[in-house]
Amino acid sequence: MTPSIDAEAILGRPEAPEGSGEPNYTVEPKRGDDGSVDGDLLEVAMGPHHPSTHGVFRMDVVLDGEDVVKLKPVFGYLHRNHEKIAEGVSYLASMPYTDRLDYLCSMTNNWAYALAVEKLADVEPTERAEYIRVIMAELTRLVNHTCLIGFLVQDMGALGTPLMYAFREREKILDLFEGLSGSRMMCNYMRFGGCRGDLPAGWISAAKQVVDRFGAFLDEYEALLSGNEILMARTQGIGVLPPDLAVNASVTGPMLRASGVNYDLRKVDKYGIYDRFDFRVPLGDHGDVFDRYMVRVLEMRESLKILKQALRDIPEGPVISPKAKIRNFKAPKGEAYGRIEGPKGELGFYLISDGKPQPYRYRVRPPSLINLTVLEDMCLGHSIADAVIILGSVDIVLGEVDR
Amino acid sequence: MNLPGKGIATGMVQTAKNFLGSYVSKERMVTVQYPEERDKAHEAARSFPFLVFDQDPEAGLRCVACKICEKECPPQCIYIVMQRDENGKPTKQPETFDIDVSVCMSCQICVEVCPFEAIKMDTEYEHSEFDRFDGLLRGKDRLAKSNDYYHSIHPTEAAEVDERLDKERKAKEAADKAKAAKLAALANKAANAEKIAKDAAAAKGKGE
Repeated sequence: MTPSIDAEAILGRPEAPEGSGEPNYTVEPKRGDDGSVDGDLLEVAMGPHHPSTHGVFRMDVVLDGEDVVKLKPVFGYLHRNHEKIAEGVSYLASMPYTDRLDYLCSMTNNWAYALAVEKLADVEPTERAEYIRVIMAELTRLVNHTCLIGFLVQDMGALGTPLMYAFREREKILDLFEGLSGSRMMCNYMRFGGCRGDLPAGWISAAKQVVDRFGAFLDEYEALLSGNEILMARTQGIGVLPPDLAVNASVTGPMLRASGVNYDLRKVDKYGIYDRFDFRVPLGDHGDVFDRYMVRVLEMRESLKILKQALRDIPEGPVISPKAKIRNFKAPKGEAYGRIEGPKGELGFYLISDGKPQPYRYRVRPPSLINLTVLEDMCLGHSIADAVIILGSVDIVLGEVDR
Repeated sequence: MNLPGKGIATGMVQTAKNFLGSYVSKERMVTVQYPEERDKAHEAARSFPFLVFDQDPEAGLRCVACKICEKECPPQCIYIVMQRDENGKPTKQPETFDIDVSVCMSCQICVEVCPFEAIKMDTEYEHSEFDRFDGLLRGKDRLAKSNDYYHSIHPTEAAEVDERLDKERKAKEAADKAKAAKLAALANKAANAEKIAKDAAAAKGKGE
């Protein structure tokens, strides 16, 4: 049947270039051994408003029964023009926008950006500021990973209870962030050459209390979940990511380490003062969803170790370098790339300066986006319910994927 | 060898502990019944900016309309017009100072860049309005809040600011005094020189 009105002819829309807009696969009916049609493949657009997609994210999946045959991730629904906005405002004014990239971990986003600008302008943060940054980054890792494992088991059908326990603990850390920076999630706390303000009175003892109790929460959480037969049945052997594929797709963070590749920027780059702390990098064996879950749990325990050392050793002194400028900040001509091990992977900021108050080019390397590129390889052959768990285990935040 | 269902049973024990604990343990009772009960706000908490005035809400505004915050504001939600007297000279007061709180993202950069301690962050968070346009566009009459109010919400920070301002004022007064004294000395000297010249002229006139 042809449409009675040719809308495109009336509107005069130019013809689309060949191949665009068409799916990059063809859906053919399934045939039995004798060549007769046995059933159809089903195309499903999961999202963008599907609750399990952790934001506005669409997966165009082709299903054979319940099994995924093709999967195409579609994103861009939350695009906010972050990079272009940053090229029009001053260096300082981009800082609050970086909070909104990965809105669960604003402190680490701040740090990565501050690191890039510090490299560009050759400013050194003070000793106390370095310690504060490490404390903030590790607390952020705790926040991110507690959230993630809460959401992950929610995807598996553990509705409510584990997520509520996770959020109860997260709230205590957000409380610390609010006491320090004034905001629970959009902290906007780091500055070029240090941090915005000093720790308020009593903050360190409050943080120590939270850190001391967090281990007990992790024990409780693991007793609740890690040995659970249903969780193991749903996650073990699901969504295996082989190490060579992970390396070739430049996957970073806990995803990469769950596949058994020992690569942690805190050990490799030793940015900040990470060489002073004693901690280990947990690795997985199989690269399946269960390993990704366990790596994150173990990483939280290592974070607690770092936090205990940092809170013990933090020195007195100024929190911002005397060379740092808040007003009329201009970076000299040049380029810089600052990267840190964010909770989700390598978060990098690439800046080119032409000596003006605004950067000439501003580019973010978002770990969520790059880790998402291997989604199809992990999902093929698994059922649609497993695809949801695999997506959950990638740990994406759409604010960072789309920017 | 693990008994089948052991993991689930352990998990159930944890859930039961939490459930029963939520009736007795303070630590597990974490929620508050919001409109009736409220958590105390942190001292550092921030919501939206306000303007500090010292005595008079109109003339006592610390803001001198230098427009630094307008320039630095990341989402560009501040709008300032400088007040001028009849000769066109700036009076160092804002004629208009508008903040669109529906655009503001509470980043506190205006507070950091202000050299006059004139703009500070409020802690009030209930901002519902019936009028979605003008209700959320705050003029300087609604933004102006007293220094005492600032002290009541951020006591530590406000005390530091007052100390710094006091110091600056004293330094300025001392500098003014020194300047006045210098000027007086100069004027004295000039007057002296004039007198000497006059005397000399008079002496010269007498001599003739």
